[in-house]
Amino acid sequence: MNGEDARATCMLAVERLTVAYGRTVAVQGIDLRVEVGQVVCLIGANGAGKTTLMRALSGLLRPEAGHIRLEGADITGQPPHRIAALGMRHVPEGRQIFAGLTVAENLALGAWLEDESAEIARRLEQVLALFPRLRERLAQMAGSMSGGEQQMLALGRALMGAPRLLLLDEPSMGLAPLFVEEIFGIIEELKREGRTILLVEQNASAALEVADYAYVLETGRIVLQGPAVQVAQDPAVLAAYLGG
Amino acid sequence: MLAQQLINGVLLGASYALFALGFTLMFGVLRVINLTYGFYFSAGAFAALFLTRDAGLGIWAALPLAAVTAGLIAVALDWLLLAPLRRKRAPELASLMVTLGGVLALYSAATAILGPDIRRLPPGLVDGTVFELAGLRVATPQLFILVASFVLVGALVWLLNFTRLGLAIRAMAENPDAAGLMGIDTGRTAALVSFVAGCLAGAGGVLIGLNFNAIHPYMGESMMLRGFVVVIVGGLGDIRGALIAGLALGVVEVLTAGYVDSGLKEAVAFAILVAVLWTRPSGLFGRPALRRA
Ligand SMILES: Nc1ncnc2c1ncn2[C@@H]1O[C@H](COP(=O)(O)OP(=O)(O)O)[C@@H](O)[C@H]1O
Ligand SMILES: [Mg+2]
Repeated sequence: MNGEDARATCMLAVERLTVAYGRTVAVQGIDLRVEVGQVVCLIGANGAGKTTLMRALSGLLRPEAGHIRLEGADITGQPPHRIAALGMRHVPEGRQIFAGLTVAENLALGAWLEDESAEIARRLEQVLALFPRLRERLAQMAGSMSGGEQQMLALGRALMGAPRLLLLDEPSMGLAPLFVEEIFGIIEELKREGRTILLVEQNASAALEVADYAYVLETGRIVLQGPAVQVAQDPAVLAAYLGG
Repeated sequence: MLAQQLINGVLLGASYALFALGFTLMFGVLRVINLTYGFYFSAGAFAALFLTRDAGLGIWAALPLAAVTAGLIAVALDWLLLAPLRRKRAPELASLMVTLGGVLALYSAATAILGPDIRRLPPGLVDGTVFELAGLRVATPQLFILVASFVLVGALVWLLNFTRLGLAIRAMAENPDAAGLMGIDTGRTAALVSFVAGCLAGAGGVLIGLNFNAIHPYMGESMMLRGFVVVIVGGLGDIRGALIAGLALGVVEVLTAGYVDSGLKEAVAFAILVAVLWTRPSGLFGRPALRRA
């Protein structure tokens, strides 16, 4: 594959990325790629560095070393609003919705960078079609909804930004089983639409089922990678993450 | 007599509320107790003094210009003192100490340059007609203070609740990281919040300067003590709380001075502060967050 083709199909390229909190190095020289239209999942135990990696990708943390390229453009060390303007949307761990604002305001903030009101209205219809329960709650304070509904709002808010790359950090964390199923259903649906997604999950079996490609992270390093079906059959992964 | 005191109290309280609104807004969005805030009050009063006395402007022109001057000073100080700490995600205590050092340096520099004396606004700046209605006396300057306070408070409420910038400010008050992820330039929004807060403090300085006709470099400091009472009683970051607590403090001070002893009005204000903190640690109106007015 020559350089130009690589650029045309590569959404995200992470090269030797190192991220630290003071002297604690949480991500140690990671290489990772997400191709256009792919769902890539990243699994790993608690504290492995998944959230740290995601926060560095969206600009919330400044990397110590390495490079992050989004569709060929070097975004290393850029502030979050610039990276968002290039089409990355990060649904952070723990949802981070604007609890004291209404659901409608949260969704409007998702489309903050879009000026055209017709386009915003079109996106809102799409999001409400995907999450019908948000429609009845538009005027409600976001913080008064259940955890599962808040997660849908966090997803909907990100989709309001018409992302070219969607980062999802543990979207099923802490949710009731019914909501977990619903969230993974939504991810399937987004995948069918051809969206490009980097998914971090503790629920490894569900993540490996929906993903095309998978990385396994242990104490800040990638220890295994490959097509999701292969990773799902790896004996070490079966033992450590799939309870097998 | 009581009705007259209440009117005077509301007039005083309107300026307190105005002053405290900027302080509570700054805390609500930037999450830092910025002690340089009182200095913007002095800066606004002095700007109005120079604009009216030396440049010969009328009060309606001097008030907005003085407010904007104070706003620009606030932006510059925020950029100089606090923005570097925000970038490093420094602990709140560091910001508090930096602004404490900063404000002491500013007051002493201002006193060195301007002198410690009390200055007066040019006579006849606002015509002194006194209206009498059912035995109550309201002078034109007081009316001006009341109208200006309500217009400015109304403008802030409108800005926060009905504009695009207001939505960004409220989002940032809720969750700065998430606001950045939405594409909001949080550094720029922080600067705008500093500007708006500085304008409110500066306008407060002009109005209090007008009310008592006394302008001096340290006037912001005694105001800052009242600002603390108002925002803590109202709940840090709570706009509606600051409005109500500001008006109440003005009334309490005037009633104390009128019926007890004018030397005690500060003591009463702080007794109320302590009593509120004992019974309701996050203020009269609940949780500390920037809320709709
Ligand atoms: N704000 C922080 N300050 C210091 N260390 C942190 C901070 N956040 C996370 N860490 C540390 O970084 C490592 C990776 O954490 P994290 O990225 O949250 O892991 P994961 O998302 O995989 O559970 C952990 O050892 C954690 O203790
Ligand atoms: Mg995590």
